[in-house]
Amino acid sequence: MKKTPLYDLHQKHGAKFVQFAGYEMPIQYETGIVKEHITTRNNSGIFDVSHMGQLFLKGGDELTNDLQKIFPIDLAKISINQSKYSFLMKENGGIYDDLIITKLKDGYMIILNAACKEADLNILKNKIGEKYQINLSDNLSLIAIQGPKAKDVLDSIVPGVTKLKFMNGNQFKYNDLDIYITRSGYTGEDGFEISIDNKIVESFVEKLIEKGSTMIGLGARDTLRLEAGLCLYGHDLDENTSPIEANLKWAISKNKINEKFPGSDFIKKQYNEGVSKLRVGIKPETKVIARESTKIFDEKDNEIGKVTSGTFGPSVNGPIAMGYIHNDYSKKNTKIFLEVRGKKIPASICEMPFYKKNYVRGGEENVRN
Amino acid sequence: MLEEEKKMSEIKFSKEHEWITVDGEVATIGITKHATELLGDIVFAELPEKGSNVNKDATAGVVESTKAASDVYTPISGEVVDTNQSIVDDPSKINSDPEGDGWFFKLKIKDPAEMNTLMNRDEYDKFAKESAS
Repeated sequence: MKKTPLYDLHQKHGAKFVQFAGYEMPIQYETGIVKEHITTRNNSGIFDVSHMGQLFLKGGDELTNDLQKIFPIDLAKISINQSKYSFLMKENGGIYDDLIITKLKDGYMIILNAACKEADLNILKNKIGEKYQINLSDNLSLIAIQGPKAKDVLDSIVPGVTKLKFMNGNQFKYNDLDIYITRSGYTGEDGFEISIDNKIVESFVEKLIEKGSTMIGLGARDTLRLEAGLCLYGHDLDENTSPIEANLKWAISKNKINEKFPGSDFIKKQYNEGVSKLRVGIKPETKVIARESTKIFDEKDNEIGKVTSGTFGPSVNGPIAMGYIHNDYSKKNTKIFLEVRGKKIPASICEMPFYKKNYVRGGEENVRN
Repeated sequence: MLEEEKKMSEIKFSKEHEWITVDGEVATIGITKHATELLGDIVFAELPEKGSNVNKDATAGVVESTKAASDVYTPISGEVVDTNQSIVDDPSKINSDPEGDGWFFKLKIKDPAEMNTLMNRDEYDKFAKESAS
């Protein structure tokens, strides 16, 4: 079982560990998931996401042209230091992985899911051959700091980060070493992700704690992302689900619809003709939690879908879920039933996110719908 | 007689991490502190129906943490005479006071001999420690 460079620090903070994608990761610390969740919403929280893949591709315009044939996002249109959410697509229109791709001066950085990163590396190597230097870093850690106070905490250690726009990054210095920071995250809060050398990550995180931030485990990371309506790969997304079905049409560039990339024929068809199933938000009407794999029924007892993520949302103060449902039932407020422990629990289709929050875009704060 | 009453009111524990105390014909049942620590923050509780009959070791309720759902079993058989609705409204009570305000249900005891199958505190603490490692 692999450990991240912050393992000892997690232990020092009373972490309970779980095995996740081949790593021993903290699921929670002493205060527990609910308090960690609320701390992130009201203050700030630090997440060790060093298990995730940080893949670097070196190259210029030719690399961009080659990657245009792989990703459903228009990479020619993004500027240096800009990040985009995208997918590594399968030929059947399914998703090998969801990822964040950032254009750098000398190439691209791609943040990948821990469980997929080795496979992703091989897929990319096969697609672009030996033409470019491609490297899945093992000397970099990845830290997220999230929450309304994240900008102040981080700015006190790395001056200038508050100038970053949402989904943009830049190189900064910490102890004379380069670190790369993007304004992004997975909680529905304003926040940052910091790519930093393994050798200095512990002292960096200790500094963040000293400035008033708190370590948060994977448990709260899951409740936070679900309240924010964000997908978890392997649960809400997989090799047999397309981005269109996942209601992530916005992540596919319009001008790429007529271009070729893996799965593009399938995507084009769904884009134009619609889909038979769609990812939706689900609000149970009682306090019962409908977890992953819960079957969804209509009023006449027809099975119409399945829950892919479900939990108790501490900020919503109630159960929340997302799942795939037959398109006829995907309209907001449609009444559905969730089968939990043999009983049919009434629920309705709702908009996501479950919890709305202010994101920073440029210097202003706007509510992201 | 006094000795026997004292013995009956002693707190007992099951291997499924429930505790039970007895007052006359009625037993009060809840989940142990050790169980709440394993579960983490409890966010949902479901109780048996008042008036229903439950058999020893059968499911008599559900607790859910942010992470997962777990069944609550009854350590002895009997008729459910009372349930603690306050833990349904505020499940965090189970974490904060598992052997007090966080009780689950009360049973009219069917067979007092079933109590003999359960562990005392020392035995349970040892069992919990061993099953955790």
